[in-house]
Amino acid sequence: MKQTYFHSVTLDKEKCMGCTNCIRRCPTEAIRVRDGKARIIKERCIDCGECIRVCPYHAKQALTDPFSSIEKFKYKIALPAPALYGQFHNVRDINVILNGLKEIGFDDVYEVARAAEIVTIATMDLLMQKKLEMPVISTACPAILRLIRVRFPSLIKNLLPLNAPMDLAAKLARRRAIEKKGIPPEDIGVFFISPCPAKVTTLHEPLGEDTSPVDGVIAISEVYKKLAPILGSLKPKEKLVRAGLKGVNWCHSGGEAKALSKDAYLAVDGIDNVISVLESLEDNQISHVEFVEACACAGGCVGGPLTVENGYAARARIEQISKKLTSYETERELPQIDLEDVLISKPIEYVPILKLDDDRAVAMQKMQEMKAIEERLPKLDCGSCGAPSCKALAEDVVRGFGREIDCIHNLRSKVNELVREISELEM
Amino acid sequence: MAETIKLQFNIDGNNFVDAGAASGKVKKTLTQLGFDPAVIRRAAIAMYEGEINMVIHADGGVADVYIDSDKIRIVLSDKGPGIADVELAMKEGYSTASQEARDLGFGAGMGLPNMKNYTDEMTVNSKVGVGTTVEMIINC
Repeated sequence: MKQTYFHSVTLDKEKCMGCTNCIRRCPTEAIRVRDGKARIIKERCIDCGECIRVCPYHAKQALTDPFSSIEKFKYKIALPAPALYGQFHNVRDINVILNGLKEIGFDDVYEVARAAEIVTIATMDLLMQKKLEMPVISTACPAILRLIRVRFPSLIKNLLPLNAPMDLAAKLARRRAIEKKGIPPEDIGVFFISPCPAKVTTLHEPLGEDTSPVDGVIAISEVYKKLAPILGSLKPKEKLVRAGLKGVNWCHSGGEAKALSKDAYLAVDGIDNVISVLESLEDNQISHVEFVEACACAGGCVGGPLTVENGYAARARIEQISKKLTSYETERELPQIDLEDVLISKPIEYVPILKLDDDRAVAMQKMQEMKAIEERLPKLDCGSCGAPSCKALAEDVVRGFGREIDCIHNLRSKVNELVREISELEM
Repeated sequence: MAETIKLQFNIDGNNFVDAGAASGKVKKTLTQLGFDPAVIRRAAIAMYEGEINMVIHADGGVADVYIDSDKIRIVLSDKGPGIADVELAMKEGYSTASQEARDLGFGAGMGLPNMKNYTDEMTVNSKVGVGTTVEMIINC
């Protein structure tokens, strides 16, 4: 299988100072500092954006599409993530924001929150049919999906086999433009307005589908610059709000799980917390829940690295302005969908990136070497060698991309030893 | 034949928060060695149940894990009170866990049965007042 690695999260070498903040925070130990600059190990990165958040020099960035890229298409559709609704100080009506999107250049708007409601209904259907492995783990957060794929393979069978709301929204919006408005398919450009760098990766390297139905991903922070100045005085021309409260609530941790109206759910946010829950799930420690919602970002999508507003403040604002929504828009007007539209078409597969070698015997030999090297390291996990821990350096050495002498503590004792030997020679 | 990989963990008694730490390390090692996810899962569950058992009943103990290319052997040894009736202890739902442990949600009487279910071979050697050794083998 050909494996390409597109990543949204990239490094600006000019800005990188070679400090160790990012290597220590990376949940998949995907970053090393080499020759004074951070390097991302492509196979391991899950695009969670944690390094973007912690880098004090803003050297980590997310590759997103510029706003001007919408001009490549004649008919431009915006798919706003519900997190967008919480970004503006001067707006008290979601409809104003959606009309604003048309004002700044889009021809149509399809709320991702509406697609989220459909995913909720499809999830309830599947739960009722009892065809799913319990507990079911949400696939809405692309960083967590990628994390499970590389680090928790035994939980792959628990993944909800449904499209994330972004993908479903893109499919439905495109279909609506073709069928209802008669727009030629090649003229349509569908753009996700995103809080999340991992969604950019989904576009270039989809999981569960062969191709992504989205044409571009624009950061919320980029759209914000265009929207914020005009929203204060904007008078909405039409009613564009079609999502209810349950869909909008997907913007924060717990929203997806609560929408299912089940008591036995668990919602976890923040990548370290998610890892700890997934570990417990693997050990069968958690047996009392049917549904697990896991978001990589603290607070959920509102806490995404591509947003403007503080995630908790954004959530509070969304709660205020979404009060007048009905709880469930789709209950009144069920769209024409069948489950086939929502189900993923390709199974999620395990990518064994942590494996030391394809040959078990060689892997075991490397493991022994690794343990021996680890014994010789100071166990300070200081990060000065450029690896996140002594254990990681030992692993790097056996994988052939690190040297034991990269450890400055061991190097210092070696140098001291040499100095002593030389001085003894001189005597 | 590659040399057996040995891992040893001291399981701290009365530390429920840390329970699962050894299981996590075993999982990582097996993943790096490229074991099948299903095998890793079985080892993780057996290991975790074993850890918890030693915390609840024996004030901790030692877990030794021996990894060969075709089998995983887990040996749990403690100097706890010992099990008077091993056959009874193996029955699903039977537990002698303290109220404190039950208050924390443990003591469902599934520990030993689960360990047996998730492994290919399990032997329990126990002497009242001396301690217990549980040996589990997972073939792969």
